[in-house]
Amino acid sequence: MTLIRGRRILAGAMTLVAAAALAACGSKTTDGNTSAGVAADVSGDTVKVGLLNSLSGTMAISEVTVRDSIMLAIEEINAAGGVLGKKIEPVGEDGASDWPTFAEKAEKLIREDRVAAVFGCWTSASRKAVKPVFEKNKALLFYPVQYEGLEQSPYIFYTGATTNQQIVPGLDYLKAQGAKSLYLVGSDYVFPRTANKIIKAYAEANGMKVLGEDYAPLGSTEFGTITNKVKSSGADAVFNTLNGDSNVAFFKEYKSAGLTAATMPVVSVSIAEEEVKSIGTQYLEGQLTAWNYYQTTPGAANEKFVAAYKAKYGADKPTSDPMEAAYVSVYLWKAMVEKAGAFDVEKVREAADGITFEAPEGLVTVDGATQHIAKTARVGKVGADGLITEVWNSGEPITPDPYLKSYPWAGGLS
Amino acid sequence: MTAVVRDPVTADPAPIPPSRPTAGPSRHRFRAAAGFAFGAALLFAVAPLALSDFRLSLLAKYLCVAMVAVGIGLAWGRGGMLTLGQGVFFGLGGYAMAMHLKLADAGPGNMPDFMLLYGQLDELPLWWRPFASPWFALPATVLLPMAVAFVLGSLVFRRRVRGAYFAILSQALAAAMVILLIGQQGTTGGTNGLTDIQGFFGYDLDDPVNQRMVYFIIAGTLLALLALARHLIQSRYGELLVAVRDSEERVRFLGYDPATVKLVAYVVAAGMAGLAGALFVPAVGIISPALIGIVPSIEFVIGVAVGGRATLLGPVLGAVAVAWARTALSERFPGTWTYLQGLLFVVVVAFLPGGLASLVGLARRRDDGAARPRRFGRLRLRRREESA
Repeated sequence: MTLIRGRRILAGAMTLVAAAALAACGSKTTDGNTSAGVAADVSGDTVKVGLLNSLSGTMAISEVTVRDSIMLAIEEINAAGGVLGKKIEPVGEDGASDWPTFAEKAEKLIREDRVAAVFGCWTSASRKAVKPVFEKNKALLFYPVQYEGLEQSPYIFYTGATTNQQIVPGLDYLKAQGAKSLYLVGSDYVFPRTANKIIKAYAEANGMKVLGEDYAPLGSTEFGTITNKVKSSGADAVFNTLNGDSNVAFFKEYKSAGLTAATMPVVSVSIAEEEVKSIGTQYLEGQLTAWNYYQTTPGAANEKFVAAYKAKYGADKPTSDPMEAAYVSVYLWKAMVEKAGAFDVEKVREAADGITFEAPEGLVTVDGATQHIAKTARVGKVGADGLITEVWNSGEPITPDPYLKSYPWAGGLS
Repeated sequence: MTAVVRDPVTADPAPIPPSRPTAGPSRHRFRAAAGFAFGAALLFAVAPLALSDFRLSLLAKYLCVAMVAVGIGLAWGRGGMLTLGQGVFFGLGGYAMAMHLKLADAGPGNMPDFMLLYGQLDELPLWWRPFASPWFALPATVLLPMAVAFVLGSLVFRRRVRGAYFAILSQALAAAMVILLIGQQGTTGGTNGLTDIQGFFGYDLDDPVNQRMVYFIIAGTLLALLALARHLIQSRYGELLVAVRDSEERVRFLGYDPATVKLVAYVVAAGMAGLAGALFVPAVGIISPALIGIVPSIEFVIGVAVGGRATLLGPVLGAVAVAWARTALSERFPGTWTYLQGLLFVVVVAFLPGGLASLVGLARRRDDGAARPRRFGRLRLRRREESA
């Protein structure tokens, strides 16, 4: 009896599925209008923008600082009269260090809140997750973190460095210092793996040897083996793409293995002022970092930025490259909107090319073709006070080249 | 009832009789049919009319989680196996589907975009190739997880591994799978996972009409899985499963093989998780290691615990409620929602160890006039129901 009843219910449910599939029978061809973007709601006195950062989870420690500096820029702009006479109203969402959540929240900001632009995302995985959402809805994302390049979306503005503005200049610096061999250490995810691919291509073309390449899982604190391998390799320098907490363990092991900045310098690309504080200055003193901005970068614009940030969030809070890039992204969006005379996404994109801004890092220019920005590369040395001082810069802003097309050695990469 | 606070992991759930002696078979059948009709009306008529496209696509996502929950309800609630690694099966189903859709997007003979970017491969890896065919990929979304569950279950249950050891093993498997996927960035997309899925068997997923179709397929599948679970629970096998949960040794003494009994529930639960993963991909457009590791695997179980693991509908309601609460709380309080969510779990586990479903049981008992709960207990519960 139970069997028959169960079967009947099952059959009924199956029929339902079939009926549903038929009834819904989606349209195979799109007329192009159905997936058109959702226009931003700018009918009131304010214009909404979305802030999409991880406020919980492993990335929160980094992403909250980015959110803080975006808020600072919004406050400054509002105090100066807003954008096109409208005050900016930030709508915050938590990406929760979880890529599908980023996609969900991006969609919510665009479709439900109808924001004019979204600022945020940190990891490449979160950017890859939201990219189709922004493209589908024809909405704008401003992405403020240096990344691995090899990407270009019409609906994303990349205000952090691409590889030819950070990693390649960092390698140029090492080469000029006489480094002949490298050891690569990184976290096991997309950015380090892709960055190392580029580094290896560079090394091959420039007569440098890569003596080893090791990846640790994100959050790993086991670096005994890796440091031993690094030590016995006798490399001239280490290129470090570790992210987050792993750096703490790595540099402690590095020091206890007797390795120093003088004998085997480490160039890091994910350690900024905020991270120096948490890793401990004693482990990092003398080591190198490659960025586009340091808290110590000279100039009136940076003095103003640092002072405003410390006044708002506390004197002990450092400013860092991603924070600066996020702060700049809000001003760039404002300039684009004002040049376009509208909040309309397509008009803003058209207006983007050639927009310049006197940023804390120096003059930056938007490249309309790639939607990246031209910025100056810098290599800095960690000082005893935990701040990073510049030891080299590229002299002028470097034109972004996300696919490294102008570098012959990078031919096989993209 | 509410008076006893149980440890949700180690304590056996309250024994629930497989069939309720107060209700006659005809009344029972009527109730089930009415329940399904109500559920179908809610999912197929009310939700699409009441919700915006965006909210409906979120509901589709919740319903996928609910499918996993139906399986966990069977394996854990009925079978006593704390399946803390369902993410693995969800992931296998999801990746199988996503691999096929990525290949379909790329077109015949082409490689998916990320492979060119990260893998620099000259040709498609061998193990990707069969997924180009929907006749392989679609069955694989269900059969692959079932096969893995079968192999694992055969090894584990025969050796009488259970309780915390089984849970730890499940977790280890989830962790191992994540590490494997991340390490093989060139062929699996690494931490990014497989993203930017455009089409679903020729239908453009950007089109809201097609998103709606995906929702209907998911809702229909969930109802079908519920029917299957109900069938299993009410069959002789279902009674045997509960018997194994409550006293494995006695069942063995009676001449049954508890390992086989458990294996069936475990494999069915894995198949359901695989199907859920497969349908999650067109609904959300992404599958990544972040969805299948230890934390999401635990979150699947939390939904079931909140809903009431030993009932048919409890896991579904719990999974949807938890996922919905997650969205609602995080939109309202982006900075503090994790604390609120944690508080909710604590409240449910501490005061409602049988899950949300025990509220329904309580109400029904009141209707039947049997076993009246103490007055203050009822009031307390009702208030909680309103605030939930």
